[in-house]
Amino acid sequence: MTSGVATPGGGWRRADPPSTGTRGDQRRTRKGGRRGRDGDPTVEDAEFSSYYGRPIVKPATWKNPEVPLYLFLGGAAGVSSVIGALGEFTGRPVLTRAAHHTAAGGALASVVLLIVDLGRPMRFLHMLRVFKPTSPLSVGSYILSPFSALTVATAGLHVLELVPAVRALPVARWIPGVRKGAAVGAAVFGGPMTTYTAVLLANTATPSWHEPYEELPFLFAGSALAAGGGVSMALSPPAESGPSRKVALAGAAIELAAAHRVEHGHGLVSEPYHLGRAGRLLRAAKACTIGGAGLTLLAGRSRTAGVLAGALLATGSMLTRFGVFDAGMASARDPKYTVVPQRERLAARQAEAAELAGGEARSVTR
Amino acid sequence: MTTVSSASPGLPGTGRPDGNRLFGPLPDVSGDAGYEPDHPARVGFFTDTSVCIGCKACEVACKEWNTLPMDDANGTRDQMALSGMSYDNTGMLGANSWRHVAFVEQVRTVDLPMPAVGLPGRSPGTGDVHAHDRVMADDAPRAAQTSVLNAQSLSEFDPQTGQSGDREIRWLMSSDVCKHCTHAACLDVCPTGALFRTEFGTVVVQGDICNGCGYCVPACPYGVIDQRKDDGRVFKCTMCYDRLTDGLQPACATACPTQSIQFGDLDELHARADARLATLQGQGVQTARLYGRDENDGVGGDGAFFLLLDEPEVYGLPPDPVVTTRDLPSMWKHAAAGAAMVVGVVLTAFVGRRP
Ligand code: SF4
Ligand code: SF4
Ligand code: SF4
Repeated sequence: MTSGVATPGGGWRRADPPSTGTRGDQRRTRKGGRRGRDGDPTVEDAEFSSYYGRPIVKPATWKNPEVPLYLFLGGAAGVSSVIGALGEFTGRPVLTRAAHHTAAGGALASVVLLIVDLGRPMRFLHMLRVFKPTSPLSVGSYILSPFSALTVATAGLHVLELVPAVRALPVARWIPGVRKGAAVGAAVFGGPMTTYTAVLLANTATPSWHEPYEELPFLFAGSALAAGGGVSMALSPPAESGPSRKVALAGAAIELAAAHRVEHGHGLVSEPYHLGRAGRLLRAAKACTIGGAGLTLLAGRSRTAGVLAGALLATGSMLTRFGVFDAGMASARDPKYTVVPQRERLAARQAEAAELAGGEARSVTR
Repeated sequence: MTTVSSASPGLPGTGRPDGNRLFGPLPDVSGDAGYEPDHPARVGFFTDTSVCIGCKACEVACKEWNTLPMDDANGTRDQMALSGMSYDNTGMLGANSWRHVAFVEQVRTVDLPMPAVGLPGRSPGTGDVHAHDRVMADDAPRAAQTSVLNAQSLSEFDPQTGQSGDREIRWLMSSDVCKHCTHAACLDVCPTGALFRTEFGTVVVQGDICNGCGYCVPACPYGVIDQRKDDGRVFKCTMCYDRLTDGLQPACATACPTQSIQFGDLDELHARADARLATLQGQGVQTARLYGRDENDGVGGDGAFFLLLDEPEVYGLPPDPVVTTRDLPSMWKHAAAGAAMVVGVVLTAFVGRRP
């Protein structure tokens, strides 16, 4: 593909490696048969040059499982907060309480996981030193901070109401109002909670995260809806969990559709989503999500089905995050995913330029 | 206490008239980052790999000046190991190696009807005349580059190329470094403001601010910056900020014996590099090309740019790097649409008859 005998490279190729079997063949050819069973047939064998097969971009230093879990819990918490806020005003006390506790637990865990992931956890407050719209992590910190404060306040007020000593106080009658205010406040940040993490991954040089940047927010939103709907369905009786079931079903559909676009719409860069551990995780995720969605249809009649469906949907959502995380890491470790798409981009640009300039540009190489 | 970072481009009202400061040429990077107009000129490196002899003096000088710890080819600290792939045991740029000399060994069959690199068909004099024509317009850079590059002797005797039997062998060596991008993804995504643009137009990490979130590591399109695991924070080339503020040149450029690493004002380096490229091409080195010189490329041009003799990926450089934040406005739009969809889905689920 590059610097072959026919190109102006002068016929140079990398000298044979000193011994066989070592990593680092400069030109590697992959056969399509090595891909996973639902490998994308549109992906051509890639021939490319690299520096001893070493990665070009650095894979993220983020910890696994902390960061994928943080992606999952943040999303589930975000959707739960919206469900909880609407439950407040539609007379569904059990659903409301369950959703608020899920939101607070998820938000708190997200904060802890984010801090644990830092190289210097003691400096976590530096996240709020500046506000930078160009940094999804900065924007995310300004979403996560008020969200966690408000969800914890909402859940805390739910608990306070149950304490007899508090109920006896004259201020007790103000508690539901304050709680509703906090719940609505939290819900405002609930939507962004589900999608900013997609931008966090997409806004990197990691090929398999960056390329699907248009679909990743919808994948994460769908995954969060399935998880948030599923968990609140599992934690509330069928009589109250009607909306949760609808949310879970819609979420599962969106998650599956968006995952399909991410896994098949980007040629070579979609390949890591099928290979190795990422491929296995995502296939398991799909099985869980489909199973959970099927059981959700029965959850209106049976609490057991609801609990099972919720657990399956949450597991599917979690596995999706782990799979996406892994696929990106794999794409950063293999220079193929950096070099080949960039080469294609260059070639397309040159072809376009040649077309514009007519015959003259044909002698221009690069 | 919280401020909107001055190092954060793309904010409405502070940008250029066209509004896009995330991408494309940027004539005054320091001014754009908020420095007064009397800031120093933008500095940079021109690394001419055609005269690199692979001595690694730059690597050593950088390690010594910046007291960087030892590491192996995979960046493992305090580990000494051979990479087993070439003379290159540094392996890659990372938290502990801010200069990395790449070694590429290549062969070709001699009787190919190809233009020779080491021994051009015509006399060196002819080549020089051609080159001269091209650079006549500006004599100062021309003088600068002849003093640097021993162009004539290179065309007669190329120490990087040898012959054995019908095979010709050459070694490509290139000292890689942080590119100090015009649009630096690492700087754009840093949530703490630890990474900042200096008055010299370079990109530097403030060790006392960085909280080790690690976002800059996958954001860099060149895979330069990395985290020191035991320390937690990230490290990379500072273009010797401490030396620059004292009027000294960076340690690596000072140590380079062949002037393969040339430090200076970026404008002047551009002129010098263009002249050098013309000379080499005039001598028949058709594969010579500049990398990171074009301000219309995906990162708005590099503060540290290169003259290469093969495709960038052969040296471990991305062929067409793009700053990830170019697409960030679109990402935010899609994220907002996704968030709205979430609220919409939940709202509709609550609307309607109670079952
Ligand atoms: S090369 Fe990487 S680390 Fe250096 S300035 Fe550019 S983005 Fe930052
Ligand atoms: S690791 Fe440090 S320098 Fe890098 S983005 Fe995070 S705070 Fe900024
Ligand atoms: S400029 Fe200074 S910090 Fe950067 S590579 Fe050279 S010696 Fe190291």
